[in-house]
Amino acid sequence: MNKWKHKHLLDLQETTRDDIELILETARSFKEVSSREVKKVPALRGKTVAMLFAEPSTRTRVSFELAAKRLSADTLAIQGATSSLVKGETLLDTALNVEAMNVDLVVVRHSASGAPQLLANGTKMSVINAGDGCRAHPTQALLDIFTIKEKLGRTDGVRVAIIGDIMHSRVARSNIAGLIKMGAQVVVCGPSTLLPVGIEQMGVESTTDINKALKGADVVMALRMQKERQQDSFLPSIVEYVREFCITPERLRIASPKALVMHPGPTNRGIEIAAEVADGPQSVILEQVTNGIAVRMAVLYLLLGRKSK
Amino acid sequence: MSVIMDQEQVRRAVTRIAHEILERNKGIEDVCLVGIRTRGAVLAERLRKAICEIEGVDIRTGVLDINLYRDDLSIVSQQPVIRETLIDFDVTDMKVVLVDDVLYTGRTIRAALDALVDLGRPACIQLAVLVDRGHRELPIRADFVGKNIPTAKEQKVKVVLTESDQGADSVVVQGGEA
Repeated sequence: MNKWKHKHLLDLQETTRDDIELILETARSFKEVSSREVKKVPALRGKTVAMLFAEPSTRTRVSFELAAKRLSADTLAIQGATSSLVKGETLLDTALNVEAMNVDLVVVRHSASGAPQLLANGTKMSVINAGDGCRAHPTQALLDIFTIKEKLGRTDGVRVAIIGDIMHSRVARSNIAGLIKMGAQVVVCGPSTLLPVGIEQMGVESTTDINKALKGADVVMALRMQKERQQDSFLPSIVEYVREFCITPERLRIASPKALVMHPGPTNRGIEIAAEVADGPQSVILEQVTNGIAVRMAVLYLLLGRKSK
Repeated sequence: MSVIMDQEQVRRAVTRIAHEILERNKGIEDVCLVGIRTRGAVLAERLRKAICEIEGVDIRTGVLDINLYRDDLSIVSQQPVIRETLIDFDVTDMKVVLVDDVLYTGRTIRAALDALVDLGRPACIQLAVLVDRGHRELPIRADFVGKNIPTAKEQKVKVVLTESDQGADSVVVQGGEA
């Protein structure tokens, strides 16, 4: 199998299909570790992982923290509201200070696209992007791809419909990049104001017609309606969005009979996805969360489990 | 390069070890086999078949990946590919026979022991190897040995098993003075 040669994971654009396959294969082994009585292996003993989160997050931060701990790495969390970031220190200065404490890897989330790249260029640490602005969220896409492959047994030829606010979604962008490399067909769907112009250039279909998007879909991925990013009136109203795009039990019947229902969380029940669908038999939303730990363990292991410098 | 064991000798060694495991443990009650990836797993599977033929009952068999427990992870330049550990039974209170192809420094076995005790608390752990080539760096010894081969450190011992490698079974010593 192909060997890993990256120091950072900033987005899926720069990874090859072989890289993704290696992450998925490694994650499969790590999933078993989390199911044990003793959920810990000594692989990253002595390594230190810092979580630098300038944007709120529960799932991703906790997932990375557990992933690092289950590999025996030490972790520390620096969060926007309680860190010197609010005292006016720049992100890079904060990171350099963290580096001065001999931290090996930093997991960064920031509202500005490109922030992880800045840290990768400006420090000697390995950097994992845990979401930057509207740009990329590679580990979310990897755990989605892992879940699809685990559930359907393949990614080639799988039809994935991504529904919602594509414009502001780093999850959608990373999923598109990863899924296309893995041979899947992707269709994105949402109100025209939330479909980025030229998205077809990423190799996807784009439509405002949800019936067309859902037809024959093997995977239905609903995105969170990011209410915090809707001040610029992209939508006439949430009610109208729900009427046109909410994944309801009726709409789900348009997709393949056993289509997987996915959501990166946190869910707004009754807005982008109906509660009956989120909790229904086709939903793998909580399995995505479980798989997230295994995938992040794999990424941490691949980036850190080698001779440093 | 000299051939130390051929296909027939490997087969006999596996059969003999199967008998020895049965004799030592007075049957297969509470006994299980755990092979270390990759060739240890192949040998464990062969031992399972051999024991099954002798006793007429199946013996629980699992596969262990020890890479996460290696003591050289931070000094190898390319980290090893991690594969699944497949042990679908509880090892607690079992007599575990660990199986590997070559016993050398003992570091692999040290890692395997750590990996096993993370999975449960076996009643005891025994070690079966196809080849013992000496040069231990840790206080570890095998309970069942296919063949003892005196080697020099600069020599390489190459084990070929049809299931995992190209070609017929063999054990070959390469380089240096045999």
